[in-house]
Amino acid sequence: MSTSPAGRVTPRLWWRLLLIFPLVTLLTPWYARATPALVGVPFFYWYLMAWVPVSAVCSGVVYLKTRDLI
Amino acid sequence: MQISALIVFLLLFGLVTLLGFIAAHWRKADLNQLNEWGLGGRRFGGWVTWFLLGGDLYTAYTFVAVPALVFGAGAIGFFAMPYTIIAYPLVFAVLPKLWRIAHRHNYVTGADFIRGRYGSPLLGLLVAITGILATMPYIALQLVGIEVVIAALGFPTSGWVGDVPLIIAFVVLAAYTYTSGLRAPALIAVAKDLLIYITIITAVIVIPVQLGGFDKIFHAVPASKLLLAAPPHGSLGSYSAFATLALGSALALFVYPHVLTGALAADNPRTLARNMAFLPAYSFALGLIALLGFMAIAAGVDKMPEYAGYFRHYSSNFAVPALFMHSFPGWFVGLAFAAIAIGALVPAAIMSIAAANLWTRSVYREYIRPDCTDADEARQAKLVSLVVKFGALVFVLSLPATYAINLQLLGGIWIIQTAPAMAFGLYTRWFHRWALALGWLAGMTMGTWLEIGLQFKGAVYPLHMLGTVVPIYIALLTLIVNIGVGFVLTVVFRALGVANGIDETARAEQRALT
Repeated sequence: MSTSPAGRVTPRLWWRLLLIFPLVTLLTPWYARATPALVGVPFFYWYLMAWVPVSAVCSGVVYLKTRDLI
Repeated sequence: MQISALIVFLLLFGLVTLLGFIAAHWRKADLNQLNEWGLGGRRFGGWVTWFLLGGDLYTAYTFVAVPALVFGAGAIGFFAMPYTIIAYPLVFAVLPKLWRIAHRHNYVTGADFIRGRYGSPLLGLLVAITGILATMPYIALQLVGIEVVIAALGFPTSGWVGDVPLIIAFVVLAAYTYTSGLRAPALIAVAKDLLIYITIITAVIVIPVQLGGFDKIFHAVPASKLLLAAPPHGSLGSYSAFATLALGSALALFVYPHVLTGALAADNPRTLARNMAFLPAYSFALGLIALLGFMAIAAGVDKMPEYAGYFRHYSSNFAVPALFMHSFPGWFVGLAFAAIAIGALVPAAIMSIAAANLWTRSVYREYIRPDCTDADEARQAKLVSLVVKFGALVFVLSLPATYAINLQLLGGIWIIQTAPAMAFGLYTRWFHRWALALGWLAGMTMGTWLEIGLQFKGAVYPLHMLGTVVPIYIALLTLIVNIGVGFVLTVVFRALGVANGIDETARAEQRALT
């Protein structure tokens, strides 16, 4: 099921694009600011902290969708 | 320092030492095989891999230096967050694939893979030497972390007496690594991570309550440190520095020998891939640890006379130890300091094993004793692991700590130069082996030269591009040069028909997967 006889990649491998989605966190100018603050924590800090579970979910989804191809 | 802190610290240190020796009997196998000593027989399941990689990636330097940077320089120190956020998905794309190939061909290191894939012992040697060079100062830095907590516990730090605690800690580490191989740090990592999580969770609840909440903490931080400085006209300023530090660090991560050692020890590539969804738990802890730097500012520990001497000696690296001593009762300080010290021992052990594996496979068996038996190979690795550790110890005892940090900076710039051969090699054989070697040379030379130009005072170079100043992490800049040289010369060498080596990993099934 992993590859077709011609050696072409299965469409499910497109899920792997999710792995580069967290590169969005490199767009520093967008979040380098103090507001809106969350329980006293400036935006810059809680925004990046919030990305941690998002990154984990990206890897998790790719794992579940392509498990048998790894 | 209270005696209770010392007692708790010594008890935990003793317990961990015991674990290190017991580890030789864990999942018992023939430790005279490099595969068993150096990779734990490639049998670690999901949980152990999680602890091992977590214990491996988050070093004492993380616990001490990241908050120290936030304490001293502010927001820029938080680049460690986007770094870990992008790193795990990238690792997902690379390491499970490497695991499969390494398992099939009994490769123990990244250099083994590159040697086989490009049919070039020389390219393997270059990668191995780069790995060993980059690892040595990294081990030395672990020692600096241990040194800071040992000093904070009240041991004398001057003269030869001052070196004794560190030497004892290291002899113990060297002994159980020699006996148990990778099993020792794998088992100790479980204890380490539990201690770290207990410390961090307690710290981020107790200290903000003592300081009157996060609002008060962030208000105490001077505006210049609270946010990245807005870039001046005609420059990308701290924004590009922040982003390239994160990206460059993430790209260097999966070629560090100790990371590969931890990853190749997993029992199968799915274990590794699954872990990329769970390792971010450590990233969350890292973010909280980074914020300890601001808590230290809010608590004003650097202005307290009882810590002034330490700050003079260790500068901002003393921020977190001082914060713990100021905020916690003695016994908990002992636990927290044990977490930091053991947190240094685990990666130091894995790094010395990784460097030993590199030496043994790419130098000893390749060039010195090609006819060596498996037992000779394992014996050589055990001995070299001792040499590497004592080299690092001499390094720390004879040179000032800032020197180790400088070399660590250079280490990051060096190790990333092996990334093209590794990452491209997993997906394509298009690149020419000599083009990759010359790309490596270009990156190494340029990186070292730029770092000397900055007098080791930083890792960010102000690149002038189309009338704009782009401050960029030197590792990333030189990586781009490295890839550029590799690309152009591949075209040239291919046009000239220069032999490109025989790929011993070439199999129909692997081509199908790529």
